[in-house]
Amino acid sequence: MTFPGAPTGPRDGSRLRVLAAMSGGVDSAVAAARAAEAGHDVTGVHLALSANPQSFRTGARGCCTIEDSRDARRAADVIGIPFYVWDLAERFREDVVEDFVSEYAAGRTPNPCLRCNEKIKFAALLDKALALGFDAVCTGHYATVVTHGDGRRELHRASDAAKDQSYVLGVLDDRQLAHAMFPLGDTLTTKDEIRAEAERRGLAVARKPDSHDICFIADGDTQGFLAKRLGTAEGAIVDEDGTRVGSHEGAYGFTIGQRKGLRIGTPAPDGKPRYVLDISPVDNTVTVGPAEALDVTGLTAIRPRWCGDVPPAGEAAYTAQLRAHGEDVPVRAEVVDGELRVRFAQPVRGVAPGQAVVLYDGTQVVGSATIATTERRERPAAAHA
Amino acid sequence: MAYLDHAATTPMLPEAVQAMSAQLSLAGNASSLHASGRRARRTVEESREALAAALGGRPSEVVFTSGGTEADNLAVKGLYWARRDADPARARVLASPVEHHAVLDAVHWLADHEGARVEWLPVDGCGRVRPEALREAIERDPHDVALATVMWANNEVGTIMPVAELAAVAREFDVPLHSDAVQAFGQADVDFAASGLDAMTVSAHKVGGPYGIGALLLRRECAPVPLLHGGGQERDVRSGTLDVPAIAAFATAGTLAARRRTEFVREVGALRDQLVDAVREAVPDAVLNGDPDPAGRLAANAHFSFPGCEGDSLLLLLDAQGIECSTGSACTAGVAQPSHVLLAMGADSDRARGSLRFSLGHTSTAGDVAEVAKAIGPVVERARSAGLL
Repeated sequence: MTFPGAPTGPRDGSRLRVLAAMSGGVDSAVAAARAAEAGHDVTGVHLALSANPQSFRTGARGCCTIEDSRDARRAADVIGIPFYVWDLAERFREDVVEDFVSEYAAGRTPNPCLRCNEKIKFAALLDKALALGFDAVCTGHYATVVTHGDGRRELHRASDAAKDQSYVLGVLDDRQLAHAMFPLGDTLTTKDEIRAEAERRGLAVARKPDSHDICFIADGDTQGFLAKRLGTAEGAIVDEDGTRVGSHEGAYGFTIGQRKGLRIGTPAPDGKPRYVLDISPVDNTVTVGPAEALDVTGLTAIRPRWCGDVPPAGEAAYTAQLRAHGEDVPVRAEVVDGELRVRFAQPVRGVAPGQAVVLYDGTQVVGSATIATTERRERPAAAHA
Repeated sequence: MAYLDHAATTPMLPEAVQAMSAQLSLAGNASSLHASGRRARRTVEESREALAAALGGRPSEVVFTSGGTEADNLAVKGLYWARRDADPARARVLASPVEHHAVLDAVHWLADHEGARVEWLPVDGCGRVRPEALREAIERDPHDVALATVMWANNEVGTIMPVAELAAVAREFDVPLHSDAVQAFGQADVDFAASGLDAMTVSAHKVGGPYGIGALLLRRECAPVPLLHGGGQERDVRSGTLDVPAIAAFATAGTLAARRRTEFVREVGALRDQLVDAVREAVPDAVLNGDPDPAGRLAANAHFSFPGCEGDSLLLLLDAQGIECSTGSACTAGVAQPSHVLLAMGADSDRARGSLRFSLGHTSTAGDVAEVAKAIGPVVERARSAGLL
């Protein structure tokens, strides 16, 4: 017997003390409002994640400005809940920003939102909340927690697949899920409906634009941010044979599968577009090649986390998601020596080390791990001639 | 419900509400020459006289402003500009490092934009500036000092400064001394003439008057460059139509604050002592910040550090139980910074972060103290388990 979205209503008629993380955006505001309406004792908190916040948002970006903090406070006022700002800038810098930079420096492609959920929202924030006597942390994520009669918990995709954010929550373990509340996840609501609901509730953030970009890179210029942090170092762009076809100002500036912005002077012999196949930070070299060379048949991923806390035994069939908003692909997976081995039913492209692989059984999140290495498909000898 | 944040703002006195209400429906600009204007002017001048009497100044020394922040800015920037314009060598500003941000940030601004050289006067472990420290700083070059500014009583830890002695030193060298007396008014013996100060800031809403009205007491020979230009309503030092209802209520509250001061200090001071005892009993390792000698601190102030706690956590947990107090420190986007006052007093940053200010006032009761006594032990224990995240 399961009942979807269990913690969003008072469990066993009990009233939970809920700490609602409020970014200043519409989703977390509606989530907090729904939790309060469900009868919980809700307190709002805005996480200050930047040591030197800008006064105003620029464009649609960010969730770390003073303006966002004020928007969150105003929403809390309207909902009628206490509101605080907690300074987690130092933890965020250590666990998210520095991790982001060092992952890029190592030639990988990190997902900072996932890291923030793992280390900040459902670790630093959750731990502090629990210590202060709260029962749960509520966020505006679109995902569903299902609690079984025997107390087992499962994380599922949101009812609205288009809004689903279970991928960035795949790192949460059972204890974290036990104290997570996602009031938006179990309702089939479009973003427009959430906005309409915010409007009905008198929340001024109803018309606030969505934030899509990395919150600590206010101008959206990831390359510029990395260049400032890591410096520039000219290196070679080579083709699969090792022939130099161009140059770059830092291997970290590339992502596997990237096509645009390579600035290669000489066209490929076959005239087809070339993609980034490999990034080698050690010799600062970027390897490019044809699309088919991106085909990946399998991968190994490290630091696996299991939603049930127990790794599944033996090899089994799942689907896997390899990046935020990526599609679900059929795989077989097993744990070998503490690492996750994944084989794809059909080759997939654009798999970047550093990203998470999240395994699903239907809509249920089984677990996740960080992609370390990929296995490329054997191709006809011509490519390696 | 226990409101223990009177240093942030205290409820208006019923007499002040009445005085303000009586004025609100009356027309008349105090600068107009007709009968309505004359009536408004009369209210303003009677209020000015009452306030001057309450503060030991002359009526002509009272310059009404929009509050403490404006009065502080007018004194610090205005005196700096005037003194430097008279002699370009005068670019040195001497200030205590425990000032309220209205002074602190004005001083920083002068350094960043007007070429001021700022010297922070040393304070002792209670946050007090010694007269010798001011003398030493001035004597380094008596001719290049634009002004000195030292608050009368600190808003966080309640330490009362030796204002008259400081003023005597400044007077010796003809250096103008400003003092922010916003927290001191109503609790310390604030007498402008006797103090020897050149400029002094007061604010209405800390003594039971309304928000948005304050005053700079200014010796007649002091002519700061104005911040606000316009009609020149206040001695040509401050422009803007006078807020007659607020001024009337300020005068009422200020008069009562001065008249009731001895009684306030005795009664509220006794409650404060009870609160300090209760907190120490519940949390033996709580540190009372500021001067332990009642003669050296504001009667309504109790300021503690709770080792191992975050002030924010304490605030949240007490708030949830209806106890309203403050970390007493400044906020940027609502983010608590370690208190600059405690840091200047030599506290480490953990002690500065885990601090809480209880400030009592005219509505405080033994019941408020009892609520704190009951709650503080478990709250500190819980906040400690949440740690210094």
